[in-house]
Amino acid sequence: MIAGQPLDATLQALADPTRRAILARLAEGEATVGELARPFSISQPAISRHVKVLLEAGLISQSVDGARRPCRLARGGLDDLDAYLSTLRAALDASYQRLDRLLAPRTQKKGREQP
Amino acid sequence: MSHMTLTTEGDCEVVVRRRFAASPQEVYDAHLDPELIPQWMTGPDGWTMPVCRNDGRVGGQLRYEWAGPEGQGFHLTGELLVLEPGRRIVHVERMFLPDPTPDNRVETIFVPDGEGTLMTMRMTLPDPETRRAMLASGMEHGMEAGYVRLEDRLAGRRG
Repeated sequence: MIAGQPLDATLQALADPTRRAILARLAEGEATVGELARPFSISQPAISRHVKVLLEAGLISQSVDGARRPCRLARGGLDDLDAYLSTLRAALDASYQRLDRLLAPRTQKKGREQP
Repeated sequence: MSHMTLTTEGDCEVVVRRRFAASPQEVYDAHLDPELIPQWMTGPDGWTMPVCRNDGRVGGQLRYEWAGPEGQGFHLTGELLVLEPGRRIVHVERMFLPDPTPDNRVETIFVPDGEGTLMTMRMTLPDPETRRAMLASGMEHGMEAGYVRLEDRLAGRRG
């Protein structure tokens, strides 16, 4: 296992549907743990544990505002994942562009051979 | 312009979709023919596939070996599980980096799309942990520099 890698933490954090729902909620604006817990049928301590995972993955940040401790999306939290997916996409894309060129003469040849 | 999409679906899947201007049978054949595969399945420029074994029958074995421009390399082995000529390939594969990655089940479907073919390749990992490890290991093995250079070049060509 590749513990401690930033991308690893990002993917682990995103592997859970409740955490993805929390991120979707925070995309609309900041919220406290209590506010985040409200739409879910699970306890506030359980939400707190999910929030902790998201904090450690750098996907969200939490500030202190008097008695409130609002969470918000962290800028750049998904950069590692985006970078990896775009490199995988570029490698596949390069292969498939080569396949396009390989298929083109075969398709034309078949066309000529047809009566 | 790229016709390809790559998305993660659910907790365990990575799905690639791509259109080709050739018949489903031709695109299907290009995925199984050991003479054709090394001519295209090589990713970033500078990489080659010096060894390609695919006997094209159900229960048959795959072995693909890649070599990079700076002497680096890796390989994968696999087994063909389902072959529906011109329509569908299901195989299982694992990469050796050099340690083996968990088995990745890959279903590739070829559907007629106008004059061409829509290909959907669905990679299913055994669990979310494995998908996470697969995506992370790709990053770990330092292929990104080459890919980024390639991406720049492709962007330049498109621009």
